[in-house]
Amino acid sequence: MKKLMTGNEAIARGFYEAGGSIACAYPGTPSTEVLENIALYKDIYSEWAPNEKVALEVAIGSSIAGARSLAAMKHVGVNVAADPLMTFGYTGVNGGMVLVSADDPGMHSSQNEQDNRYYAKFAKIAMIEPSDSQEAKDFMKDAMEISEKFDVPVLYRVTTRICHSKTLVEFSDREEVGIKKYEKNIAKFVATPGNGRKLHVVVEDKLKKMEEFSNETRLNQVEWNDKKVGVITSGISYQYAKEVFGDNVSYLKLGFTHPLPFAKIEDFAKQVETLYVIEELEPYIEEQIKARGIDCIGKEKISNLGELNPDIIASALLGTEGEVAAAVAELKEDVIGRPPTLCAGCPHRGFFYTLSKKKNVMITGDIGCYTLGSAEPLNAMDTCICMGASISAGHGAQKAFNFHNVDKRVVSVIGDSTFFHTGILSLVDVMYNKGNSITVILDNRITGMTGHQQNPGTGYTLMGEETNQIDIPSVCKAIGVKNIIVVNPLDLNANEEALNKALASDEPSVIITQWPCALKKFSKEDKERFDCTPKTYEVKEDKCKQCKMCLKSGCPAISFDEVAKIDKTMCVGCSVCAQVCPFDAIEKVGE
Amino acid sequence: MCNVKNVLLVGVGGQGIILASKVLSSGLIDSGYDVKMSEVHGMAQRGGSVTTQVRYGEKVYSPIIGKGQADIIVAFERVEALRWLEYLKPGGKIVINDYAIPSATVLSGKEAYPENIIEKMEAKYEDITVIDAANEAIALGNIKAQNIIMLGGLIKSLGIEEINWDKALKDNVKEKFVELNMKAVKKGLESGVKEKAL
Repeated sequence: MKKLMTGNEAIARGFYEAGGSIACAYPGTPSTEVLENIALYKDIYSEWAPNEKVALEVAIGSSIAGARSLAAMKHVGVNVAADPLMTFGYTGVNGGMVLVSADDPGMHSSQNEQDNRYYAKFAKIAMIEPSDSQEAKDFMKDAMEISEKFDVPVLYRVTTRICHSKTLVEFSDREEVGIKKYEKNIAKFVATPGNGRKLHVVVEDKLKKMEEFSNETRLNQVEWNDKKVGVITSGISYQYAKEVFGDNVSYLKLGFTHPLPFAKIEDFAKQVETLYVIEELEPYIEEQIKARGIDCIGKEKISNLGELNPDIIASALLGTEGEVAAAVAELKEDVIGRPPTLCAGCPHRGFFYTLSKKKNVMITGDIGCYTLGSAEPLNAMDTCICMGASISAGHGAQKAFNFHNVDKRVVSVIGDSTFFHTGILSLVDVMYNKGNSITVILDNRITGMTGHQQNPGTGYTLMGEETNQIDIPSVCKAIGVKNIIVVNPLDLNANEEALNKALASDEPSVIITQWPCALKKFSKEDKERFDCTPKTYEVKEDKCKQCKMCLKSGCPAISFDEVAKIDKTMCVGCSVCAQVCPFDAIEKVGE
Repeated sequence: MCNVKNVLLVGVGGQGIILASKVLSSGLIDSGYDVKMSEVHGMAQRGGSVTTQVRYGEKVYSPIIGKGQADIIVAFERVEALRWLEYLKPGGKIVINDYAIPSATVLSGKEAYPENIIEKMEAKYEDITVIDAANEAIALGNIKAQNIIMLGGLIKSLGIEEINWDKALKDNVKEKFVELNMKAVKKGLESGVKEKAL
């Protein structure tokens, strides 16, 4: 059977077919759908972890216990998981273990475009790079076999265009592998210095053996055509190269990319007149083969900035510039910006609206939908670094202001899922080190940005079971916070009161805003706790004084054409605009 | 790769572009083509510009279309047609939904929504078909069916009406919307798209 599948769906299918049984992840674009699809296979136990370090450690534990396991995350997630990864590279596995790293060249939805292939080299583990969905599925079986054969975790490196492109996939049946026998092995799995020093020797030996394998495996293939030009490439870059050169040049297509097959590369290089290395982002392959004395053309022609595509390759290596007709250039002058915005009815908007009016405040932000609070017209954010940094960077900033007698308060904003991810520890730091920054936990009852994944605060697991729901106010209390204020972020007066109270105090405070995401399917608990009756608001045109105050809330449902207008299909009745309007011109429909 | 057809669907998050692309791809696969479809997720869901690219033919390598290579651009929103124009190949077709969605920058008064986009494009491009998909969808009873009306226009433009689109819809659309969408495809097919060999 052939089916059109995204790379993420194919990775899930591959894990199923390879007899995988335990999978864990924290959602992050472009990796999120790997676990969402694994959850559809009932032969696999799958779960969301609060962060990537925990996800990898769950997979590590199940591998040590003997099960084939997988952890999936986006590129920056591997930074969070780097600590266990480095040591797991030393101990090795029992059941096969794969870490899917979904990189985001071009930063479609990320804060940087790091090339995670260096993590494989750094952690001294095997790496596999599929170039389409069929390979994303097929190579998973190879990955599990390699992991068990060489006693090493495998970095399964994909990129946005692999994850989110759909290409045809032919299915196979699941191979039932069960669980390998677990035997206590202190010298292998207890990484004390004494054991670690021995394991390092073992790792170096594994790398040599894996390099031999890399030279032999069919994952690294030569396609001989004309030998004037040879191209070494991997992942999606292979497809782009084929698009440009077709069957006119020879290829060394690499699917197993750590350790690299240097003997095979040397042999290929010798037989071609000109050697190109075509790779996206960093010169990972190029650097290593140049270090071995093999001459090639790479990053001096193809930039390490942004996402690669066939156009870039064609103009860099063939000198064919893409033509943009004058007609297009002229018409393009009319193009308006279309930045992403907080949704109509987003509960964060109300809080950000109030917060944006506060003077002499630095707002440290975090990773999630609410990062959009930084956009016009709210402009309610000063920083955004990585998950959890809002609270700890905010604490640092507040300490710096206090230390130097600068009269400025810091408000850190973080989402519910991100609070569980790494924010909890940052709040521990604020309390332990006697900070006095204000933390706002924007609890929209779901993980919003990645498309509604459950988290420890929602009361449901990835597999759809009801579970223990972590109560954020109680957690804050346990950490030692005394000033805890819970507000409905759609109530602007309540926001104002909460912020004033927190700003008036020299002590640390936590404000928790609670209202479900406007796009969320309400859970049973949501229906009990929140007013979920559908409603909309409209502008009474005779009362509108054209002051445009309502536009300052930044709601995409409100436009202005002589008078303010509310798009009925978008409005969910959050009422923020009605509270903002000084002339009571915005009213609930049907009252 | 002259035997590969490049289709670019552009619009705004929430307009159903990804679903239309899925139906298109699934019909093409059923009739034996190699297909690659690429979409952009993530922040673009929230009112941002959204595009999907469908490439089909005997053998397709790259999942993305280069500048100046799209055989056809289907724009679900007027300004989005402009945004992607440099991807159209010389002599390529444009099918455009006569529909405007103001962006955040327009709503906040920072920029004005451009006027007469279609007229300006018609002055420079020969093969443009305008579909009033919003009103046609409302007439069918659901404004959300715009996307499938546009798909109908695309199918006509590509000259692939013989594919079993009812099946493709059944395979990809929730059961209760299948009938509506079958009507929407027909509306699109009748929408005055010029059929011309690409």
